[in-house]
Amino acid sequence: MAKSESEITWKDLNIGCIVTEPGNASAYRTGAWRSQRPVLDTNKCIRCGLCYIFCPEGCIKLDEKDQYFKADLYHCKGCGICAKECKPKAITMVEEEE
Amino acid sequence: MPKRVGMEVSIAVAETVGLCNADVISAYPITPQTHIVEHLAEMVANGELDAEFIPVESEHSAMSACLGSSATGARTFTATAGQGLELMHEVLYVASSMRLPIVMAVANRALSAPLSVWGDHSDVMAVRDTGWIQIFTENGQEALDNIICAFRMAEDKNVLLPVMVHIDGFYLTHMIEPMLLPDRVDVNKYLPPNDYPLPLWPEKPVAMGDFAPPVLYSEAKKAQEVAMGASKKYILQHWAEFGKQFGRNYHPVECYNCENATTFLFTMGSFSETAMTAVDELKRKGQNIGLVRIRLWRPFPYAELREALKNAETLIVLDRALSSGLGGPVCSEVKSALYGQPKMPKIANFIGGIGGRDITPEGFIEIINRGIEISHGTKENEFEFYGVRG
Repeated sequence: MAKSESEITWKDLNIGCIVTEPGNASAYRTGAWRSQRPVLDTNKCIRCGLCYIFCPEGCIKLDEKDQYFKADLYHCKGCGICAKECKPKAITMVEEEE
Repeated sequence: MPKRVGMEVSIAVAETVGLCNADVISAYPITPQTHIVEHLAEMVANGELDAEFIPVESEHSAMSACLGSSATGARTFTATAGQGLELMHEVLYVASSMRLPIVMAVANRALSAPLSVWGDHSDVMAVRDTGWIQIFTENGQEALDNIICAFRMAEDKNVLLPVMVHIDGFYLTHMIEPMLLPDRVDVNKYLPPNDYPLPLWPEKPVAMGDFAPPVLYSEAKKAQEVAMGASKKYILQHWAEFGKQFGRNYHPVECYNCENATTFLFTMGSFSETAMTAVDELKRKGQNIGLVRIRLWRPFPYAELREALKNAETLIVLDRALSSGLGGPVCSEVKSALYGQPKMPKIANFIGGIGGRDITPEGFIEIINRGIEISHGTKENEFEFYGVRG
């Protein structure tokens, strides 16, 4: 999308709001819905990947550099499932304050 | 050459959909629409019409199947009535918002309860805000002519909105009338192939009917409304070209005996022809009444209506539906269109001809005289039922 959502005028929309760019749902910042964010304590994390398996949004990915599983905060909605499922309790949900 | 036929209007409508080369028909049978879709199903089954007929389990599904079919660029037709139109309700909004050029014949019928399969305009009025272009017809010829026009209007790239053609249940659908069934060659000449600009097509993927967050919904609605407003110009153009080619002319607001009138009767649909008989009868007796009929219900023809009623001192509006707690829905819109005009007529509103109750020419004369009486009175009178016993 050339323009951000808030810059799009009614004249910019396709007929019937048809989306012609496949897969552009990923551009939608669902991270804005979040009231709590997951914070990872790498001292407790055993890199088991349970958070990656349980994340309903598929927004936890393996960081190739340090081999930890991390949430992509652009998409993470802050549901807290990763923190709930984490066996060594390495993930804490922290209030978003901004 | 057109063929002069004596035919039931429903059958003629189905034949006309065939002449228009519809690709997909998805419908559920409901009285008084049944003969239209039964005949289409026969035409498809007999190989007379090369189309897909999708028999569905409800009207909600019928309209939903139409969405999918129209989205692929197929010329899509359906028909329904009364309760069926109500069951489609939420999908009607989707069709117009997605700008899908579906054509639907509505065999206008009352709404339950008490159960009534007979004609009135309750079903039309319940869907007036759904974003469809809506046309009223008065006889069989108008019904089939406007089916042809409807495909051309809907599929025009400057329009791309679904169109409803209202055909009074029983009063029109089940009448055998003399009509001119146009020649296929002429229909093909008038109606170019459907060429939807962004169809569902594997090589060029698109997503339709997605969601819009608060930051986009208003923009989407504004775009849709601009298209609806702009559609009138093209509707007029397509009617004018139909008139040039087929010799029958249609206008958003139709006038009869209006030239020197100051008292007007306002109707829509098939009852207008009975009203004409009443107007003729009164004229013979020296009473001059103009008859104004609304043909284009959506987009609402403000300018044409104001022009037609510019000399009106008394206006009598017959509604064949009741907006409970308000009065006549058509009258309420007519009043709002005339508000603020330099010369505003006194207006009397009648609710009549509902659930299949007939209004005869003598009945219209009664309505006119009572309307004049009301408008000369000083008592507040928002509306009156016509012809109710007791």
